[in-house]
Amino acid sequence: MPGWAGLRRKLRRPASYRDNRGRLAAKQQTGLTMSDDILPNLPGGTAPRMDLPGTSRRSLLGMAMAGGLVGAGGLVLPADAAPAPKRGGKLTVAGYASSTKDTLDPAHASNSTDYSRLFMFYNGLTVFDRHLNALPDLAQSVETKDATNWVIKLRKGIAFHDGSPFTSADVVFSLSRHKDAATSSVVRPIAMQLQEIKAAGPHEVHITLSGPNSELPSLLAIYQMVIVKDGTKDFSKGIGTGPFMVKEFNPGVRSIAVRNPHYFHHGKPYLDEVTFFGITDNAARVNALLSGDIDIASGITPLATRQIKAAKGFAVLNTAAGNYTDLIMHVDAPTIGNPDFVLAMKYLQDRERIRDSVFLGYATVGNDQPIAPTNPYYDASLPQRPLDLEKAKFHLKKAGMLGSKVRLVSSVAATGSPDMAVILQDTARKIGFDIQIDRVPANGYWSNYWLKAPFTYGNINPRPTANILLTLFFQSTAPWNESHFKNPTFDKLLIASRAETDLAKRKQMYGEMQKLIRDDAGIGIPVFISDLDAYSTRVKGFHAIPTGDLMGFNFAQNVWVDG
Amino acid sequence: MAEATTAGGARRHRIGAPPPLAALIVRRVAVSLLLLLAVSVLVFAGTEMLPGDVAQMILGQGATPQALAGLRAALHLGEPAWLRYLHWLWGLLHGNAGHSLVNGMSVATLVGRRLVNSLRLALFTTVVTVPLALLVGITAAIWRGTAYDRVVNILTVATVSVPEFLFATLAVLIFAVRLRWLPALSLVMRGASFAELLRAYALPVATLSLAIFAQMARMTRAALVNTLASSYVEMAVLKGVRPVRLVLRHALPNALGPVANAVALSLSFLLGGVVIVETVFSYPGLAKLMVDAVSTRDMPLVQACAMIFCTAYLLLVLVADLVALLANPRLRHR
Repeated sequence: MPGWAGLRRKLRRPASYRDNRGRLAAKQQTGLTMSDDILPNLPGGTAPRMDLPGTSRRSLLGMAMAGGLVGAGGLVLPADAAPAPKRGGKLTVAGYASSTKDTLDPAHASNSTDYSRLFMFYNGLTVFDRHLNALPDLAQSVETKDATNWVIKLRKGIAFHDGSPFTSADVVFSLSRHKDAATSSVVRPIAMQLQEIKAAGPHEVHITLSGPNSELPSLLAIYQMVIVKDGTKDFSKGIGTGPFMVKEFNPGVRSIAVRNPHYFHHGKPYLDEVTFFGITDNAARVNALLSGDIDIASGITPLATRQIKAAKGFAVLNTAAGNYTDLIMHVDAPTIGNPDFVLAMKYLQDRERIRDSVFLGYATVGNDQPIAPTNPYYDASLPQRPLDLEKAKFHLKKAGMLGSKVRLVSSVAATGSPDMAVILQDTARKIGFDIQIDRVPANGYWSNYWLKAPFTYGNINPRPTANILLTLFFQSTAPWNESHFKNPTFDKLLIASRAETDLAKRKQMYGEMQKLIRDDAGIGIPVFISDLDAYSTRVKGFHAIPTGDLMGFNFAQNVWVDG
Repeated sequence: MAEATTAGGARRHRIGAPPPLAALIVRRVAVSLLLLLAVSVLVFAGTEMLPGDVAQMILGQGATPQALAGLRAALHLGEPAWLRYLHWLWGLLHGNAGHSLVNGMSVATLVGRRLVNSLRLALFTTVVTVPLALLVGITAAIWRGTAYDRVVNILTVATVSVPEFLFATLAVLIFAVRLRWLPALSLVMRGASFAELLRAYALPVATLSLAIFAQMARMTRAALVNTLASSYVEMAVLKGVRPVRLVLRHALPNALGPVANAVALSLSFLLGGVVIVETVFSYPGLAKLMVDAVSTRDMPLVQACAMIFCTAYLLLVLVADLVALLANPRLRHR
């Protein structure tokens, strides 16, 4: 029987990936890196130790699961073993979006406020931890041999809020409804690859994909993929298996969630009640926090952090989820599409200045490729493109464009783009190149300018997995291929990476794709913009999960109050 | 002389030359209804002209062409406009404003809760502001030209010049953030005590009062000053009518028409024009509902809100006109 440390070492070695080849998804394998955080904190190491011989040939996912179970249900346990969570208390939280569009229907959830509510009332089959590993939640294990045929074993003995038992029928219903055009699900394009979803007994579901995709566990961790009760038509009751139950839900006004005493992660949630609503005005949100009316204000502007920091008893949570505002150059457009012009614009990005003056430091320098440093597939070995006036001048001269004028469209609709445009204009002026900024209104920007103007800005929300992001915005056939980047090598890599079950190889493929985008796409990504939440320091256990703000929208079951 | 005017009015009325008051009112109401029908056409046409549609808004960054087409078909956005207008009007006449395109809830339910909130805020503001504004306007008219009048003038001009968002934000910063006396948000929980209610409404009511106070006070003063300058008032003064009686009995009825109109206009603002205050204090009122609905292109909701605002406006103007008619018999002869 190997010791924990020895086993962990063994599992992390590429050799052991090969031992288990075909049995796992990459996310599950990377899932083991999280054991560095979680396993040393396990209060009682005996239980998993006894399981080890049995589990060593089983899915690693199952083991990560065992670890999660023992860790006081703490699938997202903080690494720095903070003081033990306290039970009880109420929390009032304000998101930044609120309208009658607010919904508890997972298929229609479309903003941070909705996602946070989904995670209060429902669970997914898997859930992201702070390193973006998809760990099992309602599932006990998610296994495959070929990345196409998947076997999902479900946890037993779980009940919905109304007392009915959670079974495979609920899973089949919840996942299948996204495929139905009549549901008009936001994630229909993703769900369509779940070709066949069928129950195999009350606690097992078999999924056949339309093509191999080793990232299925991550897809199942997407907020819209949470599990609702079989046959649900009226979603306003929020009947799920989640940590909280609906006491009140009034779209555009607020929701009140009360503790689910039968929650299957024992000991969770810590809070008795969470009142959640949206305050659309940034200043009002910050004022409400500072006056003590609310405990967490989500999505605040960088400027507001000064006010928060000046006040006593408040702090800012910085989540680097991978949101970015990118300079778009249509590579097939006349003049703008000249590869030398494109390269010159990338060399003209004053990334540090954008980070520090536009986002007041709440951003991470980007490298003209869309995968953020917090993503497991981020390739740190790719050389950082610097601000280089000489090279920019060289390429502009080569393009024969030095001395000419170009028109750049910016709008507040693409976060920070008016300021980024001014910085670019200013930097370009140093080498005698004139950029004219055309600032257009936010209303109608996405339908009238984005994807239409050849030289403009876009703003891309973080996507749950790197593959989804690349498929939506960089595949040759993608409807939102912002710069008209068409590269057969890239497309092949993208498809192949889904089928590849070996994590090391997959990482290498993602590295190559990042390089291709960085060098050949007409996209300049100067920085990744952080999501900022301000909170009262009486809220404990509040840390970043880089899928989005409010702990990757999953704060409700993870935080507690002290004082 | 004053007695003579009123007596004269009464006599002429007895002769039967003017149309009976009831007929006047009926005619006035009928005109209002006709206007409302015209407004419904305008509201519908206006919402038709908004760019983009609800399908795009629902799907957001997930809007692929197929998804859009599917959702549009599901929401019946394909029918011709005039047909949808007739459907909508027919529904309205039967008290059915349809269902929200965004979340499927009935418009009546969505609007109902918010309307109650809006009316409550408007009522509190009215109760605080109208008597105060009339009092200040009347006293300023009586003591016109004095230091008091000048101070009132300066203050009312000042308050009407300060945008309400500035006042609201400053008030929040001072009373909520710094002093922590009052909440920054106006969230009224069900079963709140009277003290809690007062605290929750203090800042929004103060802000709104300031916004509408000036107009009412100044209109009252202006109308009254005009009347007080007329010869019949001079006559009354000469014959020795005491000031209070002079103003309330002789001058005010003649000034009531413009005052009622000013009050009606200010109050109609309290229903539809308070979106900034609702936003700053996160108050779930009707104005914010409409702005939300516009941004999500939820047309049935936009139309319902617009119709409510227009109806309220017409109703208030109607009441103001009737008050003027009743207060000033001469108006009945036009």
